[in-house]
Amino acid sequence: MTAPLPNSLNTADPLLLYGETFASRLLLGTSRYPSPQVLENAVKQSNPGMITVSLRRQGTSTTEAHSGFWDLLKKMAVPVLPNTAGCHSPKEVITTAKMAREVFETNWIKLELIGDDYTLQPDTLRLVDTAETLIKDGFKVLPYCTEDLILCQRLVDVGCQAVMPWAAPIGTGQGPLNPYALKLLRDRLKVPLLVDAGLGLPSHACSVMEWGFDGVLLNTAVALADDPVAMAKAFAMSVHAGRTAYLSGAMKAQQSAQASTPLVGTPFWHQS
Amino acid sequence: MRIMVNQVTKEVPDQCTIDDVLLLIDAKPPFAVAINYEFVPKTRHAEEVLREGDEMEVIAPVTGG
Repeated sequence: MTAPLPNSLNTADPLLLYGETFASRLLLGTSRYPSPQVLENAVKQSNPGMITVSLRRQGTSTTEAHSGFWDLLKKMAVPVLPNTAGCHSPKEVITTAKMAREVFETNWIKLELIGDDYTLQPDTLRLVDTAETLIKDGFKVLPYCTEDLILCQRLVDVGCQAVMPWAAPIGTGQGPLNPYALKLLRDRLKVPLLVDAGLGLPSHACSVMEWGFDGVLLNTAVALADDPVAMAKAFAMSVHAGRTAYLSGAMKAQQSAQASTPLVGTPFWHQS
Repeated sequence: MRIMVNQVTKEVPDQCTIDDVLLLIDAKPPFAVAINYEFVPKTRHAEEVLREGDEMEVIAPVTGG
């Protein structure tokens, strides 16, 4: 196993959300890993700013399979971001968020309101009102949304201090399907933007960070890699690389070749 | 009386509270409870009395994306 990513890589330029700082711009999901040990090692290697968690009915096969998860969370000691995954109505979202607040003792919530089971596309028409209700109840809402500019603006209008547009449908690993809209969002909105869902490769994460996104949230791309621990580290490094590139100011692309080696004094050169 | 707990029908005594049901199903902390889609904080579990046909949800932490 390679050495963990040093925290010093991230702390000079922290992610700022709702007035709180996070040492890493990578947020990592905790699902679908081959084992709890692999999850723990992936978290150790990538030092994510937050890890996402969820809630399911006690006594089901899902919760029975997660009986040690609570202890692992305590052991990892990474800030948690509960989600409302699987909720299809504002009522389900709000009740789930309140239950998550009690269980995980945090006001953070990743707002997921699913409008279509096939694409897991968020219900954009009911997302804004739901976000507003949660914010008025004291939640720090990170809404999973599409890349639609007006939707994201309305989420900001009702108090979301950050928004999380998808790159592609959850779990597809396709990478950003609409770079134009994502870049436009970055240009128009001043709040922190995190790409959530659809990333498959570290290069995808690096690209959106180069465009000026403030962070990425991903799960499947790491959990389903042949070596999730190494992939977690690769994503952490790519997020850092993309952020550094963004802050460095990229050159403008040119249509014609521009020699990088000085022309003056080129041997054997003569005027034609 | 009959209530639903996590979508399973349970026969429970009349006037039983949320705490009574949690004991009956051997709920293991941490958990949170909703009755008929409304969250009920743990500070009210001892006093909240269930009624015939109530739907109770008892949830626990799991991994998530």
